[in-house]
Amino acid sequence: QTGSIKGKVSDETNQPLPGATVTVDGTTIGSTTDPNGNYAINNVKAGTYTLSVKFIGYITIKKTVTVNGATVENFSLAPESKSLNEVVVIGYGTQRKKDLSGAITNVTAKDFQKGVITTPEQLIAGKVAGVSVISNSGAPGAGSTIRVRAGVSLAAGNDPLIVIDGVPIDRPRNGDGTSKIPGVADPLSLINPNDIESFSILKDASAAAIYGNRASNGVILITTKKGKSGKPVIDFSTQFSASKLNKYVDVLTGDQIRDYVNANGTAIQKSQLGTANTNWQKQIYQTGITTDNNISISGATKHLPYRVSAGYFDQTGILKTSSLQRFTGAINLSPSFFTDHLKVTLNAKGSQVKQRFANEGAIGAAASFDPTKPVYSGSNRFGGYYEWLNDPSKPSTSQLKGLATLNPLGLLEEQDNRSNVYRSIGNLQLDYKFHFLPELHANVNLGYDVSKGSGSVNIPDSAASNYNGFQDGKGITHRGQRNPYRGTQSNTIFEGYFSYAKDLKNIASHIDAVAGYSYQDFSTKNYYYGSYAFDGTERPGSNPNFNFDEPENRLISVYGRLNYVFQDKYILTGTVRRDGSSKFNPDRRFGTFPSVAFAWKLKQEQMFKGITALSDLKLRLGYGITGQQDGIGNYDVISFYNLSGNAAKYQLGDILYNLYRPGGYYSQRTWEQTASSNAGLDFGFLDNRITGTLDFYYRKTSKLLNSIPQPAGTNFSNTIVANIGDLTSKGVELSINADVIRSQDMNWSIGFNATYNTNKITRLTLAPDPSYPGVLTGGISGGTGNTIQINSVNYPRLSFYVYQQVYGADGRPLDGVFVDRNKDGIINSSDLYRYKSSDPKAYFGLNSNFNYKKWSAGFSARASVGNYAYNNVLASSGTQLSVFNGIGILNNASTSLLQTGIVGSSDKMRLSDYYIQNASFIKMDNINLGYNFGKVFGNTGNLRVSANVQNVFTITKYKGLDPEVSSGIDNNFYPRPRTYVLGLNLSL
Amino acid sequence: CTKKLNLLPTNDVTAEQVYSSPEGYKQAFAKVYAAYALTGNTGPAGNGDVQGIDEGTSDFFRLMWCAQELPTDEAVVGWGDVGLPDFHSMTWSSSNLFLTGLYYRCMYQITLANDFIRQSSDAKLSSRGITGADADKVHQYVAEARFLRAYQYSILMDLFGNPPFVTENDALGGALPKQISRKDLFTYIEGELKAIDGSLADARTNEYGRADKAAAWALLARIYLNAEVYTGTANYAAAVTYSKKVIDAGYSLVSDYTKLMRADNNLNKNEFILTINYDGLHTQSYGGATFMTHAPVGGSMPAADYGISGGWAGLRTTKAFVNLFPGGASSADKRAQFYTDGQNIDINTISSFTDGYAISKFKDVKINGAPPQSLDYADMDLPIFRLAEQYLIYAEATTRGGGGDAALALSYVNKLRARAYQSATTGQLTALTTDLLLDERGRELYWEGFRRTDLIRYKKFVEATYLWPFKGGSKDGKGVESFRTVYPLPSADVTANPNLKQNTGY
Repeated sequence: QTGSIKGKVSDETNQPLPGATVTVDGTTIGSTTDPNGNYAINNVKAGTYTLSVKFIGYITIKKTVTVNGATVENFSLAPESKSLNEVVVIGYGTQRKKDLSGAITNVTAKDFQKGVITTPEQLIAGKVAGVSVISNSGAPGAGSTIRVRAGVSLAAGNDPLIVIDGVPIDRPRNGDGTSKIPGVADPLSLINPNDIESFSILKDASAAAIYGNRASNGVILITTKKGKSGKPVIDFSTQFSASKLNKYVDVLTGDQIRDYVNANGTAIQKSQLGTANTNWQKQIYQTGITTDNNISISGATKHLPYRVSAGYFDQTGILKTSSLQRFTGAINLSPSFFTDHLKVTLNAKGSQVKQRFANEGAIGAAASFDPTKPVYSGSNRFGGYYEWLNDPSKPSTSQLKGLATLNPLGLLEEQDNRSNVYRSIGNLQLDYKFHFLPELHANVNLGYDVSKGSGSVNIPDSAASNYNGFQDGKGITHRGQRNPYRGTQSNTIFEGYFSYAKDLKNIASHIDAVAGYSYQDFSTKNYYYGSYAFDGTERPGSNPNFNFDEPENRLISVYGRLNYVFQDKYILTGTVRRDGSSKFNPDRRFGTFPSVAFAWKLKQEQMFKGITALSDLKLRLGYGITGQQDGIGNYDVISFYNLSGNAAKYQLGDILYNLYRPGGYYSQRTWEQTASSNAGLDFGFLDNRITGTLDFYYRKTSKLLNSIPQPAGTNFSNTIVANIGDLTSKGVELSINADVIRSQDMNWSIGFNATYNTNKITRLTLAPDPSYPGVLTGGISGGTGNTIQINSVNYPRLSFYVYQQVYGADGRPLDGVFVDRNKDGIINSSDLYRYKSSDPKAYFGLNSNFNYKKWSAGFSARASVGNYAYNNVLASSGTQLSVFNGIGILNNASTSLLQTGIVGSSDKMRLSDYYIQNASFIKMDNINLGYNFGKVFGNTGNLRVSANVQNVFTITKYKGLDPEVSSGIDNNFYPRPRTYVLGLNLSL
Repeated sequence: CTKKLNLLPTNDVTAEQVYSSPEGYKQAFAKVYAAYALTGNTGPAGNGDVQGIDEGTSDFFRLMWCAQELPTDEAVVGWGDVGLPDFHSMTWSSSNLFLTGLYYRCMYQITLANDFIRQSSDAKLSSRGITGADADKVHQYVAEARFLRAYQYSILMDLFGNPPFVTENDALGGALPKQISRKDLFTYIEGELKAIDGSLADARTNEYGRADKAAAWALLARIYLNAEVYTGTANYAAAVTYSKKVIDAGYSLVSDYTKLMRADNNLNKNEFILTINYDGLHTQSYGGATFMTHAPVGGSMPAADYGISGGWAGLRTTKAFVNLFPGGASSADKRAQFYTDGQNIDINTISSFTDGYAISKFKDVKINGAPPQSLDYADMDLPIFRLAEQYLIYAEATTRGGGGDAALALSYVNKLRARAYQSATTGQLTALTTDLLLDERGRELYWEGFRRTDLIRYKKFVEATYLWPFKGGSKDGKGVESFRTVYPLPSADVTANPNLKQNTGY
């Protein structure tokens, strides 16, 4: 008796897999699936067999089948988790992962962070060794601080270059930290994370040097999703989430502050106490709600693969009045012409963000506003909010007490700052394969990135924050605010390159080469407006001289790369880029950035071939020089004269003159250069069920762009960013991925990565000067112009620069008592010392995914070790002077005041190392659970539901609210909530 | 193709564009003056002139005031800005931010003056077609720029002793500036002020806010009074000569001392020789007159009385200063402008505003009591030279043997006292002594930026012979090291310029 076996082979998304082979083990019979994924094996004797199903790039499945008549057996193949045939996007082209010679990490959609992801970079947080992604705050769309190998610069900034589908985008922030596009907290929030297919992170110089002048801090290549051949697929996903703050700053309650004031205050201070018990922090926070909806259609009609997507994201923040709405659309067309000789790729992404920004001053105000006061005063004044008032018996221009903390809820609800921002990024790429020489391609890429942001800050005239207002010429006071803002950004790129790839079989070699040209223009336009009261009256002196400014810079570059593979064993890569930048003086405007790398596939050698447990082994060595030109002015080559604003005129005689001021300049400025060496090992064990990468690197930045004092009298600026200084950094990175369980019903994979990095500044002055303390940085709140960090020779970047606290026998800090470190009998700034740094020594990521039949579960966690933070909240509020301040009001204080009793009258107390706290942490970023219903509408469709918790818990010794502060200065930033997410994915 | 890399700013212009017209010259010239009034090119803050310090603090008068007043009996400040309390405890180091900011502010105005002078050479003027009366005006601007430079060098000489020395002959970005000794700098300032005498406008004939011959004489009188401190050799005779030239130039005291520092004190030009000009709407900063009218207001002081929307609750004075007035705060001497309501005369905690009497000398209300243009930024002008100081210089230099007329000296002092007591008889003195004149300078010129210099001249600044609360960081006061009569050069510049040798002791 013979029977038959037939069925369907599909992939993990239930799409049919044509061309998969199904064989019966121990026999020669078998079949291949047809275009619909169906197979049939006839004439099989009844009995029990083992079937093997194979498809390249997918995990082979073996299954025991009993044949009795017509047996139906369907298979669902899972992709190989780390396929070595994976193609990785590198600069100006792609490369098979196994042929890579540089330190490049590729992260694809299946490994992305899950849950509510507002900005794209959060997709890879904790996923890549050597890359740290720290969200700037919990505010909607706040963006992140991204560091690849911790960065190698000082004044030039340490942001990596981001390239989206071949379009390098401008750095997101101005030198002062504000967003380059007005109206968004971070420009990356204008890009829908759901459209992203993969990230390639170029970490070492051999990989990044093809981006030459901007590559020192790494390059992140983002590739968006494209259409695939096959019938149209509709994907729909929706997420609903609720966010809640689960921890508050530790301050005294109304009753505690009453006890404290009654015990320590004067009669006047006691009389200022109220009777309420207001928890101001609870007043300003709410449960944030987010929905994220995305739909896409992708497929191909004849020669036109396409993908069209749309997204709608709507978030209310946990701080009242903060919200973000985002509408996104993307289209990708990749047709081919002339029998695939001309490939055209068209990407266009558009987005609109409507955002309302909360007045984040309310966060600090909530921690310090007197909890014995009620929220509302009972009168209509100041919008009804309780405020500190002057003694009503004294005549005064203002009822409000000057400099007093303002009602936190009033600060929020009396400010309406809404923006509307549009952005479009797109490119047209033409790739022509020559008819007479198919190995040669000509590639032209025309790209643009334009955005336009505008908005207005409106504060009603009743609001306490602008109550003092200003007087017009008639002596009438105008209050409130109605201040517009607007700006545009317009970046264009033209690139053309030739690529050539050929197998030279007679000498067992393969070469590919790229040579190209690039022109980029970065232009922003900032509009200037006067300052207006709520009633529209312009504040005198605020009318601008110019309606706008249009800073611009350009880059012209040529570049080339040669990749040579011998015997599929030895790989040699060389790249060179020559950049010209408009930012520098003509005589030093061009720079050359070369790199070379060598890779050796050791596994191919005879000595390793015998080790069966070892499935892959590759050694990589690379060296290169990259540059950096961020953080400097566009036109500082000569001194330009700036006309002063209308509130900065000077009176001579009866006339007020606008002033011409010569600006600081530095014609000698040039590129910062980083020379990097990298040694790496890629390995795989047990048929690549365990794969990993180990990298060591050493980098030296010279001609460091560094803000240095100018000899007084020689320039119009007493500090200027010059190329003086050296910095070295070194590190180790390890990543390991293991498929612990790999079977048809059950899969369990674990990914782990670890990063160790240290840096040291080795020179900051032209001639060595041991007496030079360094460059002060890291402004803190409290007083004016105070800083807590320093960049000094022989110390890591961003070391804290503090007084050494003296502690009493009981372990408490002694108020204002510090170690006289230079033993000169007095305590002054000569006694400051360098203590710890905000950069972590090491950080780790751990991810796990577990699938059982239709269930899936996973988590991702991060840890950071050796990072310290200045607890500015405690330094400001943990003192008696916080309560009994010079202003003559009562403020709240940190609960630590009850233990330490610090008065805080010493100006040096806020620079005490007591406030430098160990901010090492372990964070559970995400725990998720999913269930796949499979087909829901007859034979098609796939439905998956999931639940996530984000920011689940943090383990830390840090005393403040959240140890994760990229700047190292923790000062009342918008806290990160815990978020609960429900999601649904449907594909048809 | 590389031409595409040549880009120019949208709004900023080149020197050739600025200096192409007489108007451009005036606007660049006005910046040389404005450098001691404004902190940057966008009022009140943003686009600052001096880096490395909070812009509001980077103001010339505010920093000079802190360096001259805070280490004396005249003032305490309650703020905890790091380094500020070092003035009271006299423990400043070479990296003190306030001293660093002041030094760079002074050098900034000098650098601007040098540039303006370079741009105004005869060759440049003729090549730009500035001729005739226009060129004559520029020549006068140059004389005033030289005056402003000499003035700033006199501040550096007084505070820092031995600063770097640059003139229009030192190209920007050229060789590292050489250091000049205090004594040589004195000679330079003296020579410059005498050299420009012919080019400056006659006394009281220039535009308001611009220096004239009398300003140069007033500065000469001031440095001659302190010549012994600066050079080791006294020259009281010259102080007598130059103060007399000022006095005889036609100035007169305004009638009411309490109306000197008001929003519309530009009306006091009979007494004021040179002022730093402010305007609440168009010359905005957090220094200068805004600082002088906001920082001393706190406690129960009604903001409206001071023409401000709210005080900054910082500055008060010590008991030692209050006691300079017979009868203390309620002295018949009307110059005793104290606010005592809710204030303790004794200071327990410097950071507590109510410890120490407040000073109500500076009020940004008009002389007739009307409010100013703005409650946030002051209209008040700050005199850097006024007649009263010249009377006191004449009197002291004469008393110290400078050869003046003793009776005339006494009459000058009595003019001040007649105004102070609003009486031709009460409070009149019959003879002068040097010690009495120190106290008189305190009573007349307090909080105008003179006290440290005066105490040093009288050898009472670092010495234990005169103590005031919190001098040297001790509640009862104590003497400190003698090298602290000169401030340290900022470590930042000592590093940047190897030609500089740090002052002794630091």
